[in-house]
Amino acid sequence: MAFDKKHILGLGELSAEEIKIILDTAESMKEISTRDVKKVPTLKGRTVVNLFFEPSTRTRSSFEIAEKRLSADVLNFSASQSSVVKGESLVDTARNFEAMGASIMVIRHGMSGAPFVLAREITASVINAGDGSHEHPSQALIDIFTIREKKGRIEGLNVLIVGDILNSRVARSNIFGLRKLGANVRIVGPATIVPEYFSEMGAEIFYSLEHAIENVDVVIMLRVQSERKTLEYFPSLREYSGLYGLTREKLRLAKKDVIVMHPGPINRGVELTSEIADDPDAVILEQVANGIAVRMAMIYLVALGESL
Amino acid sequence: MGVLIKNGRVIDPSQSLDMVSDIYVQGDRVKEISKRIDTPRKSDTVIDASGQVVAPGLVDIHVHLREPGYEHKETIKTGCLAAAAGGFTSIVCMPNTNPINDNASVTEYILLKARTEGVVNVFPIGAITKGEKGEELADIGEMCEAGCVAISDDGMPVTDSGLMRKAMEYVRPFGIPVITHAEDIGLSAGGVMNEGFVSTELGLRGIPAASEEVGVVRDIILCELTGTPLHICHVSTKGSVRLVRAAKKRGAKVTAEATPHHFTLTDKEVYGYKTDSKMNPPLRTQEDVDAILEGIADGTIDVIATDHAPHSQDEKNVEFDLAPFGIVGLETALSLSLELVEKGIITLDEMIKKLTVVPSEIVGIERGTLAPGSIADLVVFDPGMSRTINPEEFFSKSRNTPFSGWELKGVVSNTIVSGKVVFSSN
Repeated sequence: MAFDKKHILGLGELSAEEIKIILDTAESMKEISTRDVKKVPTLKGRTVVNLFFEPSTRTRSSFEIAEKRLSADVLNFSASQSSVVKGESLVDTARNFEAMGASIMVIRHGMSGAPFVLAREITASVINAGDGSHEHPSQALIDIFTIREKKGRIEGLNVLIVGDILNSRVARSNIFGLRKLGANVRIVGPATIVPEYFSEMGAEIFYSLEHAIENVDVVIMLRVQSERKTLEYFPSLREYSGLYGLTREKLRLAKKDVIVMHPGPINRGVELTSEIADDPDAVILEQVANGIAVRMAMIYLVALGESL
Repeated sequence: MGVLIKNGRVIDPSQSLDMVSDIYVQGDRVKEISKRIDTPRKSDTVIDASGQVVAPGLVDIHVHLREPGYEHKETIKTGCLAAAAGGFTSIVCMPNTNPINDNASVTEYILLKARTEGVVNVFPIGAITKGEKGEELADIGEMCEAGCVAISDDGMPVTDSGLMRKAMEYVRPFGIPVITHAEDIGLSAGGVMNEGFVSTELGLRGIPAASEEVGVVRDIILCELTGTPLHICHVSTKGSVRLVRAAKKRGAKVTAEATPHHFTLTDKEVYGYKTDSKMNPPLRTQEDVDAILEGIADGTIDVIATDHAPHSQDEKNVEFDLAPFGIVGLETALSLSLELVEKGIITLDEMIKKLTVVPSEIVGIERGTLAPGSIADLVVFDPGMSRTINPEEFFSKSRNTPFSGWELKGVVSNTIVSGKVVFSSN
């Protein structure tokens, strides 16, 4: 089966089959990263623009490395949202890059749905690198890729996502992707940021981390996003950390071979204790490494429209 | 100079009239309705309305004309043309222009513009508070004298309940109603669409149904406290319908409107982040739509009004969060209302009633009737003829409709205001 999506806007829009193609392609890409010369000429002569309307270090760097390993010409555009709001519109900004010959745009934006506006209005392929509280497909694909690598499968696994589900694009993408591939997804956090509507998306809702963590194979910790006003949803970081912070004792309630993931950046001592962040069970840095392969696969597939 | 409309099905709920007959308009007045009127004079215009409905011109008590201040969205001239094309002969316009219609000079400006450039009747609504800021009362008495038919801070609900109470008390002797955009801003919390499963999937901030319902319940209580007639704008939730129904049962002087988009669409329209589905109150769920339909059927919802809210393409073609709330409605309302008849929710007579005599009564204007001697505002339309909604053909300056491409029945052939044909499809 060929991958014939022009854009990757979210896992909500991809079929299980399409997600598997990306994961399989990422495996081939990962092999490239083990070579001495970590570069293939696949996208030679093509221009990729990273349109970042929101600050990001790891996602932008990871996409940039991925693009360069595919030999694409890379343009980086960063703007604080507010300066763009005051002046040029999103669509006009993108059209400028299109006029410069960009055929793929990777967009990170603070508002949900911004990549959809681009996909409607421009002819280049659009890859969503995180939009508001909506989706962060590359991060979820990395998580799923890493889980599959560690556990050998996705189907039937119990995966727990902890924290600010309401405002998290990582949570949404993971719920879509993991459910499509047959995992059982649990979510846990304060009732104000774990709305019941998520059960309609196929997630099982918990409010107690001790209960939720029983028998899970994977724990995905979400970052407390202070920039998204998360702090008005619960009384204090101290209380949050006491209830939903992952400690060694709580982790003991999970399966023995549990793995702990975090999309980063970590607030040490809030979501995770340092001992867990640095523990061998934690695969946080492997996630980062896998990120390059997964993003290479995403770019490759929208560029060429077929699997390797 | 007269107009003779022949062989139409004349439906005028104000006189409980529904029969095929001729109707003769002389000057600006309805002269006669009877089975057969022969052309009295050569200079008369004759309209063959065979197979069509002849009704009082439609009255929309919720329109945003955007002038003064936002002429790139709509002007009084283009808004009136859109109204005429949609079968409306009277439109009641909200005060959120720039400057806000919160004093008599703005009211007079709107009325002057309407007289010189508008093809339909324009009745302004004055603001409740100065600048719609919710801080101090606007010049309600002077605006009333200048021609305002109601007061409202539409779009910016008066958050201070004490001030709202004062406004309602103060306005009572002037005999005009308070029209409320019921919303608790704290509960809306910067939301951009209905709070529910769809907003959860899309990662968009939700406006809960409770936000509207808390507003509705407060204003009903203040209506009962003050005895001032209260008209509730664009009811969008099941809970609001229930609250209005109960208030009416108690005898409160409450009326309510629903818009065609709220009784037709659900929040699923927002999938794909389509900004032409963004309005406030937002599109809700099927359960809410069903409750509104029930309210329309049992009379809880008195009026169909459009909340015609034009915005330019450039303003709408942006990130969903940044797009302004609102859609145009004047040129699609009749067809969407006819769907209610088609579905058996209400009869054609009841539909016309909610678009003519009832809204006229609420804002106290002498319109919405074809009784002999009354002002000759009429619409002639073919309820069975199909059309495809094409925003490019709109008379409105704006194109922001979620109904583009819809196949709907109901084509207006003639709109007559004060005895003059102001729109004709031929």
